[in-house]
Amino acid sequence: MTLAAQEVVIGEAEEHQYRGESLTRRGIRRLLRKRIAVVCLIVIAAFYVTGILAPWIAPHGWAEQNLDASFQGPSWEHPLGTDRTGRDMLSRNLYAARTTVIVTFATILTGSVLLPLTLGMLAGYRGGGADSLISRTGEILASLPGLPMLILISAALRPRVEDWIENVEEVIFAGWMDPGLRFLRLCGTGRDDVPVECDHPITDTVFDDYFLLVFVLSLFGWVGGMRLIRTQTMTLRDTDFVLAARANGASTFRILFSHILPNVLPLVIVGVSASLGAIAAAEIALTFLGVGVQQAGPSFGILIGEGASRTVMENHPQLLLIPAAIVASLMFAFNLLGDALIDVFTPRAR
Amino acid sequence: MDGLAGYLLRRLLFLPIALLIVSFATFYITRWGPGDPISVYSGQYRDPEAFERVRHKYGLDKPIYEQYGIWLRDVVTEGDFGVSFRYRDRTIPEILGPKIWVSFRVGLWAFILSFAIGIPAGVLAATKQGNAGDPLIIGSFLFFQSIPVLVLTPILVLIFAAKLHWLPAGGFDGIFSKSIIIPTIVLTLPGLAGIARLARAATLATLHEDFVRTARAKGLRGDVVVMRHVARNSLVPVMTTVVGLSFVGLVEGAIITETLLGIPGVGSFLFESVTGRDYNVILAMVLLTTTLFILANLIVDLALVVLDPRIRAQGGQLR
Repeated sequence: MTLAAQEVVIGEAEEHQYRGESLTRRGIRRLLRKRIAVVCLIVIAAFYVTGILAPWIAPHGWAEQNLDASFQGPSWEHPLGTDRTGRDMLSRNLYAARTTVIVTFATILTGSVLLPLTLGMLAGYRGGGADSLISRTGEILASLPGLPMLILISAALRPRVEDWIENVEEVIFAGWMDPGLRFLRLCGTGRDDVPVECDHPITDTVFDDYFLLVFVLSLFGWVGGMRLIRTQTMTLRDTDFVLAARANGASTFRILFSHILPNVLPLVIVGVSASLGAIAAAEIALTFLGVGVQQAGPSFGILIGEGASRTVMENHPQLLLIPAAIVASLMFAFNLLGDALIDVFTPRAR
Repeated sequence: MDGLAGYLLRRLLFLPIALLIVSFATFYITRWGPGDPISVYSGQYRDPEAFERVRHKYGLDKPIYEQYGIWLRDVVTEGDFGVSFRYRDRTIPEILGPKIWVSFRVGLWAFILSFAIGIPAGVLAATKQGNAGDPLIIGSFLFFQSIPVLVLTPILVLIFAAKLHWLPAGGFDGIFSKSIIIPTIVLTLPGLAGIARLARAATLATLHEDFVRTARAKGLRGDVVVMRHVARNSLVPVMTTVVGLSFVGLVEGAIITETLLGIPGVGSFLFESVTGRDYNVILAMVLLTTTLFILANLIVDLALVVLDPRIRAQGGQLR
């Protein structure tokens, strides 16, 4: 018996053993058996934990300058050295990771989970006018060139969004969000000992940049997931168990939530893993081009942009190579994990 | 073929509708932001009267809907996409023509190399399925795909231009010059994984067909079977898909590559136009890329329909 054939037999035996399991749980169990996938998960988890903990583990603020210590090599004080204005590179990389964490997490939540799920299930289950409207809108968005539109929209909308946020925060956020933001060290440069202006919890921080990035990336990000979920919902709508549920008098809401949702969830997981890398890369690219996180904020786009300037690159290549290596390994982990997830959750494509 | 003709017609009808919506949205978004090109170029200490006169000359003082109506009328009746604000009244084709020609030549090598490396590598990986060669090929391509253009470009410049002095650090002087090497590498590497995987999947699907077994059974050598029987049957759909995909990839990659390397192509120009609020140029470029994207997708889908009778049979199912 060949190795492949053995695997098939083992696979079938296991299938039998775990028949009561949900699709999602079975997928996750299979995933954890793949060694590469586990390594990727560890790399990604390490990145995310470091990013979230940045304010507590970073030795300095991301914008804390020290002109006496510019372009220093690695030392105990600055493990990754300093840049032109003496900012600590370790802290800058840590806070850049936090930007990636916040932007990817928020974009995934809206652009890869909430929007695709609601719109996809609505279009697939209702059909008719709602389906046409959602599908045609998606078709037009998908036919647009991605990066040029992202640049255009984030450049054009920035002043509007900033105005809007300023008005909203006066009314809603002023005051009570202060302690929270201070605790998360989102104001100022990320250090307690540096006096910070936190009167405007959003416009004084990098939050408005995050907000704009998440908005723009979600706007273009929901189409792919919506299509997958729509098709799956259409198939499920005509199955016997949905028919039975409807015959029993279940409401549309109940059918969607307890009968269709569990069956489209694996697609959402695949969609999330496929888009994580793309979202992180888009944030970095937009920031690099000057329409994402602005100069004062922390982002790998800014770090790479600064490191890639001719004089810095020739004399202090580590300023380019360190953030570049972090970004490349994160992307590699995302891609490999995405591959493994597609293998696990869409067995027919194998 | 009735289903196919109807499908084609429907897809082609979608193009003008999409362009209409996209043009209006882009028109509105660009002109919605504060400031217009005239205020960007006239600066802070301008003569208010002259400022208003210039704005009036270009119709920028009218409401947006009216401006859009005028623009649309000119485009439809005369094929006139307006003038550039940044480049002193020159028409759009005059400005874009040379830029597109530069970008086309920069992308050409990358396009050819993507095929020349990606497809054979995918076929090779398929024939090596089950041993180390397959994951090695696909894995290494996946690694290259993981390095963002934005990271790869400066690293290559650092190694080959700043340290080794083998290649120039930027610019563009012709398709057979040293300056083309870095952009070609940067634009080729990220796309290889996708192409190789498509070729691998298509080859794998064909490898287990009966006629391949027959060919082997009659004693043909392994590589002859792969070349003559498998590749020829499996790769046609891959080719067309790849044309569409790599086109999209090249356009996206060009923006960052050209900006980083100082290549005067459409990619870097689009970025400059957005920051300079050159409305008509942005609009023309967005419409051009949208048209090309839709056509590329259409060609990919059509090729699949024509080549795969199973999709054609369910003509009603097509979007």
